[in-house]
Amino acid sequence: MAKYTDHLGRPVVVVTGMGVVSSLGRGIDENWKNLTSGKSGIHKVKRFSTEGLSTRIAGTVDFMDAEEISAPGISYAMADATTEEALDMAGFGKDGFPGPLFFAAPPVELEWQHRFDLVKETEEGEIGYERLLASARAKKQEKMHNLIQLGTIAFRLAEKYGTKGLPISLSTACASGATALQQGIESIRRGESDAALCAASDGSVTAEGLIRFSLLSALTTHNNDAPERASRPFSKDRSGFVMSEGSAALVLESLEHAEARGATILGTIRGVAEKADSFHRTRSSPNGAPVITAISKAIEDAGVEIGDIDYINAHGTSTPENDRMEYNSLHAVFGDSIHNTPISSNKSMIGHTLTAAGAIEAVFSFKTMLEGVIPPTINYETPDPDIPLDVVPNQKREAEVSTILSNSFGFGGQNACLVFGREVA
Amino acid sequence: MADQKEVVITGIGLVSSHGEGAEHHWNLFGKDQSPEPVVNLDIVPPYGVHPMPEMDWANQIPRKDQRQMENWQRLGTYSAGLALDDAGIKENEDLLSSMDLVVAAGGGERDVETDENILKDAIASNDREQVLLDRLSTDLRPTLFLAQLSNLLAGNISIVHKVTGSSRTYMGEESAGVTVINNAMARIASGQSTHMLIGGSYNADRPDALLPHVLAHYLYDGGKDGVHARQKNGGGMRLGSVGAFLVLEEAGHAKARGVKPYAKLSGVAADLGTRDGDKGFARLDTMLEKLPVTPDAIVSGATGVSDATRFEMDYLKKKFGDDFPVRAMQTQIGQSLEANFPACVAFAALALHNNGFYAPFEPDEKPAPDSVSSVLVTSIGHVCSEGFAVLEKA
Repeated sequence: MAKYTDHLGRPVVVVTGMGVVSSLGRGIDENWKNLTSGKSGIHKVKRFSTEGLSTRIAGTVDFMDAEEISAPGISYAMADATTEEALDMAGFGKDGFPGPLFFAAPPVELEWQHRFDLVKETEEGEIGYERLLASARAKKQEKMHNLIQLGTIAFRLAEKYGTKGLPISLSTACASGATALQQGIESIRRGESDAALCAASDGSVTAEGLIRFSLLSALTTHNNDAPERASRPFSKDRSGFVMSEGSAALVLESLEHAEARGATILGTIRGVAEKADSFHRTRSSPNGAPVITAISKAIEDAGVEIGDIDYINAHGTSTPENDRMEYNSLHAVFGDSIHNTPISSNKSMIGHTLTAAGAIEAVFSFKTMLEGVIPPTINYETPDPDIPLDVVPNQKREAEVSTILSNSFGFGGQNACLVFGREVA
Repeated sequence: MADQKEVVITGIGLVSSHGEGAEHHWNLFGKDQSPEPVVNLDIVPPYGVHPMPEMDWANQIPRKDQRQMENWQRLGTYSAGLALDDAGIKENEDLLSSMDLVVAAGGGERDVETDENILKDAIASNDREQVLLDRLSTDLRPTLFLAQLSNLLAGNISIVHKVTGSSRTYMGEESAGVTVINNAMARIASGQSTHMLIGGSYNADRPDALLPHVLAHYLYDGGKDGVHARQKNGGGMRLGSVGAFLVLEEAGHAKARGVKPYAKLSGVAADLGTRDGDKGFARLDTMLEKLPVTPDAIVSGATGVSDATRFEMDYLKKKFGDDFPVRAMQTQIGQSLEANFPACVAFAALALHNNGFYAPFEPDEKPAPDSVSSVLVTSIGHVCSEGFAVLEKA
């Protein structure tokens, strides 16, 4: 039994299937090829006019066959694609999936296109909510209703892929993807299930979404004319993140369950931890204490030593504050050895996929271990002397990687860290 | 799964159209006669709303923080404070910094006036898209975004009350509330957590809250009828403003602090699937079998939407008989979606704590037993998702 349990006697959790969509493409192969080539998926926004906006670029996903071009429409199409890819890889067919679904759900709501459509339906009532309500009352809009319910994507995925029990939709803002994995890990560790499907999707680049992040001064306003150069994590000239879209799905199983059905094991999830921050709605504690706690607890939970971490998949958003805070916190935990530990930010190429980021970066982390190749941090031309890290600048690097720390931080004081391993034991 | 710990409720923070506070609600309800529901038909006619009561936010939320929130967050943060007070944990830094926070939340609220102004100008213009871009850029308050992020209720609770062990937010309408209770029970029972603050809030006093439900014609427009009476009129739900938070603890943890629990949370079950015929009932049977005790009474989360309400009531009658005491809580406090299940669990805990049950809310409901030792709480989502919880005397 020992091989099936970890250092704390809990079931060992392994990954047996993965799927991904980002602005770099559809599917793991296309994403990995582009990611390791240092290609950027960031481009001028074509989905809607950006005339007069201070940020006119994003990592939108424009190649999905979505039922409606809206946040819920695109998010569902991507989640459906990545779930299918992950389940195929894991070898789960039409008989359904033997565990629950944990889904990091994007923010969805009625969009302006819907409001404009509703206003046209009737002449009754003053233009405003009176008109919108009169229009909705006059004509039932079931599809519009279903799209904007926050549980809809998970309910639809659960039904289509036959996951067990009540699917769970969750949000911890930009840490959501990591939280979805955390839920799956905990469910298997508690013995509630032998398998868990963890997915995340975010297709919420709308005009209003872009403007809202702009108003918080979170987005870079540079490089509107050279979009591929806009996301510059850890560089001295970084100036904000690039809003992006994407999705990932991972199939988690207990090692015992995966072996019993002869599944191919892609890697293990060794540890996970979170810590909430009460400092500010959008900023981290200046002393980094909550992030430091999350990183330390994740490493402890994994039962590994700091020296075992041979690569860090950074949160690395490219905002002045995040990247400095992430470095300071890592330095506090790792000491000077952090200067020799390779760390890169996938967001330099795919931008910040918000709700989906933690899950997409988990998929890329497992690929890093499987392929022995670390994806670069691109656009690293002007090192920041305050952040002396080996960011794997601009070019991929071949390296034996067996243990990875992955960081995810979000608005609302959300900090979640994961430790992945290549080997089962 | 061995060595499951006992889970108890040691704090209740409740705000509804009837007022605020656990004791206030019991005093109002726990008598021979139930109170008259508070329904406002003027906020968004012809639909009624159970409105938020008069609130003095400053009792729980510093002014500088109030400004960073909209009402759904104020309601949640306020009720969370009431629950912490009630459990004797408020300002206990040791307990707060290790306390796990789990919140059920929707999508927040919009700035109605800004939406309306932009809509008017955009519709009047021949370049609608440009008007939209220009006006959103100038009219949106930067902080409003933070009122719209689902996890920012949890974020505000961490900031205001310093609950920082961990923080998770679940979404998905009624199912979010079920997941909150289910997850908290699992984490405490397995020894993963010793004390948690859990719950949700919903602000119904606004047209942007009603609109999504009007789109699918789910709201009742026939006046102030209760959940059962509405069935003769096509059914439908009535939204209600609610803040409902609970402190859940491992029984030994509560005992060591010298705290007497309201009730014991004995089991939770959740599912999603068809409601058709025998298959639907079979799923509910399986859920009920997961619960360790048979109830003496039921606090129902029935919404009034006819298909869902009929499915639930037919099942409960079949299972427990025609004369079983079932109370459709939404008759009294309205549909608060994500907050509905935590609120119903709070009402069940109050009944057990006070060794009584609620007088019928409507003529269709059967008389209460003299005492109850276990109460079932149901959540049959208005569109989909099912949840049960069973509570016992502590």
